[in-house]
Amino acid sequence: MTPLQRVQEQFAKDLIETHTFRGDETLIIRPQALKAVAKFLKETAELDFNFLMDLTAVDYLFFAGGRIQKEFRFEVVYHFYSLKTNHRLRIKVPLAEDHPEVDTLTDLWPGANWYEREVWDMFGIRFKGHPNLKRILMYEQFQGHPLRKDYPFNRRQPLIGPPN
Amino acid sequence: MPFMSSAANFFTSKMSEALGWARKYSIFQYPFVTACCGMEYMSTAAGHYDVDRFGAGFPRFSPRQSDVLFVVGTISHKMAPVLKTVYDQMCEPKWVVAFGVCTCTGGFYDNYATVQGIDTIIPVDIYIPGCPPRPENVIDGLMKLQEKIQKGEQSRTLYDPRTKIGRPASLAQGYSISQHMKNIEASL
Repeated sequence: MTPLQRVQEQFAKDLIETHTFRGDETLIIRPQALKAVAKFLKETAELDFNFLMDLTAVDYLFFAGGRIQKEFRFEVVYHFYSLKTNHRLRIKVPLAEDHPEVDTLTDLWPGANWYEREVWDMFGIRFKGHPNLKRILMYEQFQGHPLRKDYPFNRRQPLIGPPN
Repeated sequence: MPFMSSAANFFTSKMSEALGWARKYSIFQYPFVTACCGMEYMSTAAGHYDVDRFGAGFPRFSPRQSDVLFVVGTISHKMAPVLKTVYDQMCEPKWVVAFGVCTCTGGFYDNYATVQGIDTIIPVDIYIPGCPPRPENVIDGLMKLQEKIQKGEQSRTLYDPRTKIGRPASLAQGYSISQHMKNIEASL
């Protein structure tokens, strides 16, 4: 049984979609279930996903000609890896435009701390329960979140000196 | 130029010229290296190109002890206050070299994070564009800086992006890849 099938069996009602492409397994799940699924992946002995490889986000604002619904504007993407079984699993969590918030994974994988700060900084997605959710790349006085698709690419916010 | 007499063991000079002469051959540089241009800076400084021939072979990692600020690499808005502080900590007389096109105009980093030319925050004496500039370019810039030091000139003005005053005309347009390709084709 692959990790994907294990999760399908355990969390059938929280899944939105799953797919597999050449052995790359992806789960799309509801944000409320993220914490439970992540805990299951990490703490089940034969799965043992002990490594959070990557945590990032996507803004689908203008995707498909802007026809993406507001409930699916953002997607947080997690890549898990098990050093013991050599399995990989990708989890995507769609988030709504008006309330982009999801549970933090810092208590399960401490390495999620800076990833989540980066996603907050660049996309403005909040992580509930994060111990220190503040900007990591931009400076504190910076307004907005630059990797959102509605952030004008030519807007300048200089810390000192005249605007460019 | 000073008049030297080997027979009479004296020479005449103006004090300012003597000072300029002394200063241009004892440049203590502060390398403010943030990005990939640093590699080119290192190869310029190392034995093959040997920047010590121009009296500039002695990097000081304290702004208090340096005369020339070499800004080497992209400066982000988060880094800008640090650069300004380092510049303010340097003692007079001081000069600034913008090394690489990112420091000159922002280069191709036309985005939310990058300062579009360090001359918007500190006065720049010599611009060395290039991505990165070859060591020959850097040495050319260094010799132009020496001429400037000899004359006792220092840049005091900032570039204002609204009026577009304060930057050499060749740089004011920013970097254009299509023009660059035309220049290369013309030179072949």
